[in-house]
Amino acid sequence: MTNVLVCVKRVPDFSGEVLLTADAQGVDARFVGFTVSAHESCAVELAVKIAAAGGGAATVLTLGPAEAVEQLRSALGVGCTAAVLVETDPVGFGAADVAREIAAVVAAHEAAGRTYDLILLGNDAADTGDFQVGIRLAYELGRPVVNGINTVEVTDGVATARGAGADGGVETYRVPLPAVATVLEGGVEPRYPTITGRMKAKKVAVEVVEPRREPVGSGRVRLTLPPAQPSLVEVLGEGTAAAPAVVDLLRSLGVLR
Amino acid sequence: MILVLVETDGSGATEASLETVTFARDLATRETGDGGGGPVRAVVVGELPEGTVEALGAYGVSEVHHATGEAFSAYGGAVWAAALQAVHQVTDSVAVTATGSPRGNEVLAHLAARLGVAMAANVVGCPTPLAISQPFVVSRQVVGGAVLEEMRLDDRPAVFSVAGHAVESTPAASPTTATLREFSPEVTEADLVARVVSTEPGEPDRSGSLRSARVVVGAGRGAGGTDGFDGVVELAGLLDGSLGVSRVVTSLGWRPHHEQVGQTGSRISPELYIPCGISGAIQHWAGCASSKTILAINTDADAPMMTRATYAVIGDMHEVVPAINEEIRRRRDQR
Repeated sequence: MTNVLVCVKRVPDFSGEVLLTADAQGVDARFVGFTVSAHESCAVELAVKIAAAGGGAATVLTLGPAEAVEQLRSALGVGCTAAVLVETDPVGFGAADVAREIAAVVAAHEAAGRTYDLILLGNDAADTGDFQVGIRLAYELGRPVVNGINTVEVTDGVATARGAGADGGVETYRVPLPAVATVLEGGVEPRYPTITGRMKAKKVAVEVVEPRREPVGSGRVRLTLPPAQPSLVEVLGEGTAAAPAVVDLLRSLGVLR
Repeated sequence: MILVLVETDGSGATEASLETVTFARDLATRETGDGGGGPVRAVVVGELPEGTVEALGAYGVSEVHHATGEAFSAYGGAVWAAALQAVHQVTDSVAVTATGSPRGNEVLAHLAARLGVAMAANVVGCPTPLAISQPFVVSRQVVGGAVLEEMRLDDRPAVFSVAGHAVESTPAASPTTATLREFSPEVTEADLVARVVSTEPGEPDRSGSLRSARVVVGAGRGAGGTDGFDGVVELAGLLDGSLGVSRVVTSLGWRPHHEQVGQTGSRISPELYIPCGISGAIQHWAGCASSKTILAINTDADAPMMTRATYAVIGDMHEVVPAINEEIRRRRDQR
């Protein structure tokens, strides 16, 4: 039996223009929707698959405001069977704070007999891009961690994880459980919730806990938008007639010899 | 003193690592008043191609610490961090940095967790000098580069990675003769648990080295379907480059995910990026904004990618790209 905990983060759906709040401490998300990053959608899919293959359960966790229950319900709708919300305003929480809070939930659950063989997270959050929560969580728990993986399979207490290597090859890791892994998009196709799945998700009681500790913070001073750059584009032409000018450019840039 | 984790490929330090060394050298030479500057030293783990030490000296590195031994024969985030931590402990560095590559960010996150200090990923500038006792503020990319965050790093060492093309790699005005120091730090069993056990070659296409490619030819929704990539694949081949695609292309199943450029794909920083039929959503821009020159090809002259590009051609990629390929072949035949 393989029990999996998957951690997600509620982030604004940045598909258009990004605006900042008046105090420059956050993104003004009043006019956008919310989602989880593509990495985390894949992590949820992997968690559900691994739990199903091993006869275990997949639990989803997030740290965020009460509204983040929306992201938890999405994960419940595609096969997670339990959900935990560490309810707080996440603005003051840095990567180390979030890792500590997740570790505290894991410790409390495991003390009560709910163990997690594998903990999955996104490789990095779509908004803060810290690249740290999974690794810091692993150190908090004293467990091995593999990063940037696309697929994970569990056999006989060992997780085999694969991801892209620095030179473009596919690297394989094998780590004993319990372990932590951070997931990159690309290894699995996240499923859409069925109507039945959504109905089931609505009935699941979400466990709500408070943060255990005051956050240290992320060190954020302020956010700024890069200055709007006037378009300096040089149009080389239209249609096929532009081809000679393009090839001249390729030569001048030294990419065509 | 600033410590830089230098990544290598088969021929020496990667271009991104040379940028990071340049960034560190510029930071180290800024006047701080309390000794925040000083020499730049490098750490190389595992493979050390011939000539790397001399090349790093030309970029102003005074010492190259090379971690050798069986423990470093295969990549592992924890074991690489152990090597970096060992050098930090004997050199008492004010800052430790690496390039903002997947590996660089991973190793620095391990180091920051081990030392119990903060870490800033993908830094592009430093509004304040790096002093020992004063607050150190970095400017880094968040929201995939659409927003900049000023972030205080109060801990020492200040741990941060440097985003691609934050600076141009430049040899030092006063090159040094770098000293090579081989070392084999002790690592724990726990550090060795999560190491690469095997590496298989990438798929036999031109995207294997997407992140390090000098030229990337991109294709988006404008490709129109799985059979719409012949022209861009040929152009990538003619330019000895790689093919990179937008997220919509992989979501529709037209091309494999490992070719995806963007916030959740590869972040590229080539000399030239040629996005064809790509509108330039924030998430895609996050992956290609570090390109030195962008030549966009699109039917929509007002698409974000077209207005942010260095050069543009207005037109259908299915007509323009084959015409460029033909022109390249024609000129080659004339030689």
